Amino acid sequence: MEHIRTTKVEQVKLLDRFSTSNKSLTGTLYLTATHLLFIDSHQKETWILHHHIASVEKLALTTSGCPLVIQCKNFRTVHFIVPRERDCHDIYNSLLQLSKQAKYEDLYAFSYNPKQNDSERLQGWQLIDLAEEYKRMGVPNSHWQLSDANRDYKICETYPRELYVPRIASKPIIVGSSKFRSKGRFPVLSYYHQDKEAAICRCSQPLSGFSARCLEDEHLLQAISKANPVNRYMYVVDTRPKLNAMANRAAGKGYENEDNYSNIRFQFVGIENIHVMRSSLQKLLEVNGTKGLSVNDFYSGLESSGWLRHIKAVMDAAIFLAKAITVENASVLVHCSDGWDRTSQVCSLGSLLLDSYYRTIKGFMVLIEKDWISFGHKFSERCGHLDGDPKEVSPVFTQFLECVWHLTEQFPQAFEFSEAFLLQIHEHIHSCQFGNFLGNCQKEREELKLKEKTYSLWPFLLEDQKKYLNPLYSSTSHRFTVLEPNTISFNFKFWRNMYHQFDRTLHPRQSVFNMIMNMNEQNKQLEKDIKDLESKIKQRKNKQTDGILTKELLHSVHPESPTLKTSLCFKEQTLLPVNDALRTIEGSSLADNRYSEYAEEFSKSEPAVVSLEYGVARMTC
Amino acid sequence: MEFAELIKTPRVDNVVLHRPFYPAVEGTLCLTGHHLILSSRQDNTEELWLLHSNIDAIDKRFVGSLGTIIIKCKDFRIIQLDIPGMEECLNIASSIEALSTLDSITLMYPFFYRPMFEVIEDGWHSFLPEQEFELYSSATSEWRLSYVNTEFAVCPSYPPIVTVPKSIDDEALRKVATFRHGGRFPVLSYYHKKNGMVIMRSGQPLTGTNGRRCKEDEKLINATLRAGKRGYIIDTRSLNVAQQARAKGGGFEQEAHYPQWRRIHKSIERYHTLQESLIKLVEACNDQTHNMDRWLSKLEASNWLTHIKEILTAACLAAQCIDREGASILIHGTEGTDSTLQVTSLAQIILEPRSRTIRGFEALIEREWLQAGHPFQQRCAQSAYCNTKQKWEAPVFLLFLDCVWQILRQFPCSFEFNENFLIMLFEHAYASQFGTFLGNNESERCKLKLQQKTMSLWSWVNQPGELSKFTNPLFEANNLVIWPSVAPQSLPLWEGIFLRWNRSSKYLDEAYEEMVNIIEYNKELQAKVNILRRQLAELETEDGMQESP
Repeated sequence: MEHIRTTKVEQVKLLDRFSTSNKSLTGTLYLTATHLLFIDSHQKETWILHHHIASVEKLALTTSGCPLVIQCKNFRTVHFIVPRERDCHDIYNSLLQLSKQAKYEDLYAFSYNPKQNDSERLQGWQLIDLAEEYKRMGVPNSHWQLSDANRDYKICETYPRELYVPRIASKPIIVGSSKFRSKGRFPVLSYYHQDKEAAICRCSQPLSGFSARCLEDEHLLQAISKANPVNRYMYVVDTRPKLNAMANRAAGKGYENEDNYSNIRFQFVGIENIHVMRSSLQKLLEVNGTKGLSVNDFYSGLESSGWLRHIKAVMDAAIFLAKAITVENASVLVHCSDGWDRTSQVCSLGSLLLDSYYRTIKGFMVLIEKDWISFGHKFSERCGHLDGDPKEVSPVFTQFLECVWHLTEQFPQAFEFSEAFLLQIHEHIHSCQFGNFLGNCQKEREELKLKEKTYSLWPFLLEDQKKYLNPLYSSTSHRFTVLEPNTISFNFKFWRNMYHQFDRTLHPRQSVFNMIMNMNEQNKQLEKDIKDLESKIKQRKNKQTDGILTKELLHSVHPESPTLKTSLCFKEQTLLPVNDALRTIEGSSLADNRYSEYAEEFSKSEPAVVSLEYGVARMTC
Repeated sequence: MEFAELIKTPRVDNVVLHRPFYPAVEGTLCLTGHHLILSSRQDNTEELWLLHSNIDAIDKRFVGSLGTIIIKCKDFRIIQLDIPGMEECLNIASSIEALSTLDSITLMYPFFYRPMFEVIEDGWHSFLPEQEFELYSSATSEWRLSYVNTEFAVCPSYPPIVTVPKSIDDEALRKVATFRHGGRFPVLSYYHKKNGMVIMRSGQPLTGTNGRRCKEDEKLINATLRAGKRGYIIDTRSLNVAQQARAKGGGFEQEAHYPQWRRIHKSIERYHTLQESLIKLVEACNDQTHNMDRWLSKLEASNWLTHIKEILTAACLAAQCIDREGASILIHGTEGTDSTLQVTSLAQIILEPRSRTIRGFEALIEREWLQAGHPFQQRCAQSAYCNTKQKWEAPVFLLFLDCVWQILRQFPCSFEFNENFLIMLFEHAYASQFGTFLGNNESERCKLKLQQKTMSLWSWVNQPGELSKFTNPLFEANNLVIWPSVAPQSLPLWEGIFLRWNRSSKYLDEAYEEMVNIIEYNKELQAKVNILRRQLAELETEDGMQESP
C-alpha cells in the first residue's frame, strides 16, 4: 500500500492499440493493491493484475496528456493518456513498484482469499496426486521402483522427493550418477508406457568435459535400457543444438560419449536455449504490435523472429520420442543443459502424444504437475514473478502451451479441453494468484509453505471446467491413442488468440466454438426435458387408463404429487408456440450474448485497419 | 469426330496411378474426347475421371521403358501415371496435351455433356436482370432498365439489359459509352436500401493527355447524387498508373469536371502480377521440404495475402462510403472487368445480407461477374502450373473467392453457404461440364448459344440433394453490415484450396461432421420436445375436462 500515491485518476483515455486515428475511450483509472482498473464511460471494466505487468513506459508528453504504455505478460497492451503529468508519474512509479515484488510473501497468492476453509484448501492441494499418476502408468513394477534417495533433497535440491528409477539401480549408483550430472539431476523416470514397457527418462547434461566418464552413470543408463525387456538399446536425446552442447564441454559439461555407454544411440534435436527463445518472443511481439502492419512485414517479421521455427523444433523432438517408443519400442533418455526447460517441454509433449489421458482436463493438470512443477521448471524465474534477473525470464512454458494448441488444431477431437483452457493456464502461470507456479522447485515451495498459505489453481479450473470443454471431443474413440502430428512447415500458424487475446478487433466476429459449445449444453438440457416430458405423459396416460383410482391417489399426499406440481410449473413456463419456444432457448444462450456484443461493436466502430487505410486513401485524393 | 485423330492410343493396361492420400491403383487407362479415365476394374476401388480441360500442364519422364506422366491440374492437384511402354506413354502424353488445349470452345465438354439428373429449375433463367431489378425498384424510382445494348453494339462486354439513372436516355448512354473504356458506361451495381446510396461501375474515362471531357458522362453520374451531396470515385489503380493511362488515351475523372466527386485511388494489382503470385504461392505450398524460414519467406514473397488485403481493404472502403458516409460511389480501374468487379461484389457481401445466402451469392456471381463481363475464358484458361507466359490469365475470380472465404471465416454464422461452395465455384470456373463459365461475356455466350446447347451450373447446384453439401449448418440470418478485419493477423492462408492436396484433412473433416451432428441432433431434440409438449398439453386439457364436471 505504501507504493500507492494516487488511487484514482479521472478523464484518462484508453487508446485503441491498432488505430492510427487515435480512437479512444475516456474513463477513470483506479489503482488498488492488486489491480489497475479502468472503467470507461460505458461502464466497461478493464482489470489488470499488477503481477501481469511486464513493463510500464512513460512516453513523451503530448498536448492531450501524458502517455502511459503497459505491456502485460498475457500479451495485453494498453495505452493510456493521463491528463496531468503529475498523476501519470505517480501511477507509473506505483506500478513499477507493484509489478516487481522483492519477496514471495508480497505476491497476490499470499493475500488471495477465495473464502475456503483450511480443509477445503488442503483438499484442493491433494487433487493432483503424482504417486497415483505413476500407479496409473503402471509403476512401481518389476522393473521400476520408487527411490527414497532424494527423500530429504539430499541428492538433488531441484528434484521432487519421490523419484522412480530402475529396480536394479542401487543407491550408490544413483548417488554416483548424480555427482556426474549438472545440478545433481540424474536420470529418472518421467513417463512409463505400459504396453511397450518402454520409458521416457529425464536428466541434466553429464559433466563429461572432453574425456571424463563416470561408471555409475554408465551403469544407471545401462539399468534404464535393461528395464526395457523388449528393446535393449535406448536413445539419449540431447535437445540442444550440437554446437551449444560442444561448447559446454569446455566448461566441464557436455554430452554422452557413445563409446562409453553400451546400447545407447545418441541424438541431438537442436532446440535453442532460453535466451534465444526470449528474444524470439520479443521480436514476435514487436512485429505484432505494429500499427498498420502490412502482410509482408508480418510474415517477414514472423520469419525473422524464428518463433514458429522454435515451436516446430520442440514438436519434432516430441515426435521423435513418441516414435522411438511406439515404433522401435525403445526407451528414451532426454536432457538439455540443466534438464528443466527443453527437457520439460519435450518429455511432457512426448507423453501427451503417447497417452490420451494427458489430453483430458484432469490429465493435463497432472502432466503439468509432473513434468513441469515437480521436476523443477523454474516458474518463478522464467515468468519473472519477483524482481530478479531479467535474463532468467523465458517463454519456455508458453511454447509448450503453443505446441499443445497446434495439436488441438490438427486433431480437433482428440482433446477434452479447448483453447480457453490453455489461455487460462497461461494467465495463471503469471498471475501469482495461486500457489502452484510460485517458486522454482518443490523444495522451495515447501519452504514457502505454499500449501498452508496459498490455494491451488487446479480445483478452481476443474470446478469451472464447463468453460474449458471441447464440444467436439470424442473420448470413446480409440483412434487417438497416439497422435502423429504433421510437422511440415505450413502446418504451423501464428496463434492469434494467444498473442492478440485482448485485441478484439482482430478476432473472428462470430465464434463457431461458442456456438457449438452452447448447443452441446442445450442438447443435454433437451435430453433431460424429453425424459421429464415422457415420464409425465406416461403418468398422465396411466392415470387416464387407471381412471378414478389413480385420480384419488394423486390427490392424496403421495410421492408422485411433487412431480406433478413441477410438471404444472413447467407447463406454465414453456407451453409456448413452437417457434417461440425455440427462439427463447436460443436467445438466452451465451453465443447470442456474445454476438450482440459484437454486433454493437461493429455498429459503432469500424475495424481499425480499414479506417487507417481510409485515412491514407483520402490523402491521395 | 475429330477427337479420334488426337487419340493415338485410346487404352493402356497396367497403368499405375499415384495421387494424394490414396494408395496407388493399378488399372486400365482410357482416353476419351474429354476425359482421362483410370479404372482398376475392381468393384470397390474408385475410378479416376479427369476432365482434360482440368489439366494445366504435364511432365513426362522415362526410366527404361517405363514412362511416367505427371499431370498438374488447374485445381492444383498433382497426379502421376506410370505407363509401361515408351510409345504408349508418348502417345498418351501428346493426346492429353492436345485435348487439354482445344482451340475451339464448341469442342469443350459442356457441349457434349448430357445431364444424368432431371432439371427442376433451368439455371439459365434463374437470375434474370428484370427480376433483380424488381428487388429494388420498389424502393426507388430513380433507376430504369435500359435495352440500349440489346445487340451488344454499344458495349460488347455488357449484357443486353443494364440499370441506369432514369433521367438519362439511351442516346446519352451511347455518347457516354464512347467516353469510357470498352464502351463500359457507368451502370448500377448495387442499391443500398437502407439509405438509397448506390455503387456504380464502369471502365476508365477516355480523357487522354488533353483532358477530354464528356458532358453526358458528368450528367450521368451526377444524376445519382442527391442535392448537395458528394460522391466518391474509387479508382482501383494507383494515382501514378492512372496518370500514365492518359498517354494511352485512358485516364481518370478530373476534379474540375466532376466537382461533386472525390476521387480515391486504391491500388489493386493486375493480371500478370496476380498470375505470378498464384504460381509462386502454389509452388511454395507444394514443396513439403521447406523449412520454416523458407516456407514463411516464400509465402511472403508470393504476395498472395497482400493482394487479399488490398482487395478487401478497397471493398471495405467502398462499403464504408455507402453505409457510413452515406455517399454513392463509382468504381473503375482500367477496363472495369477485374479489380472493379472484385470490389463491387465484395462490398455487396459486406453490405447486403442477401448476397450471403446461396441464392443471393449465385445471383451476385451471375450479375457482377458473368453479366458484368469478367473474361472467364481468358482468365481461367490456365492456372498455377502454366509455363507458357500468356498475357490474359489471372486468378482474379479465385482472389475474390478467397476474400469471401476470409469474411466467411470471420463471420462463420452469417453465410448460408460453406467453404465447399466456394471451392466448387473455383473448380467450375476453371474446368466444368457446365456452360456457365464459358465465354468472356454475354455477347460471346449468346453467339455460342450456351443456353440452348449446354447446361447451366445453377441447374445442377440448386437441386436440394446437391445444395445440402454446400449449406452452412451454422447459418443464422444476420441482417447487419459485416465489417471484416483486414489486419494480416486476421487473414490466414486458405488451406482448403492451397493445402488441399498437400495434407490430409481427415481429422478436420471428421470434426466438421461431428459439428454437423451436434447441430442436427439439436434440431431433432427441439422437434421432439415440442411434440411431447403438445402431447402433454393435450393430455392435460383432456384431464381437465374429465375432472371439471
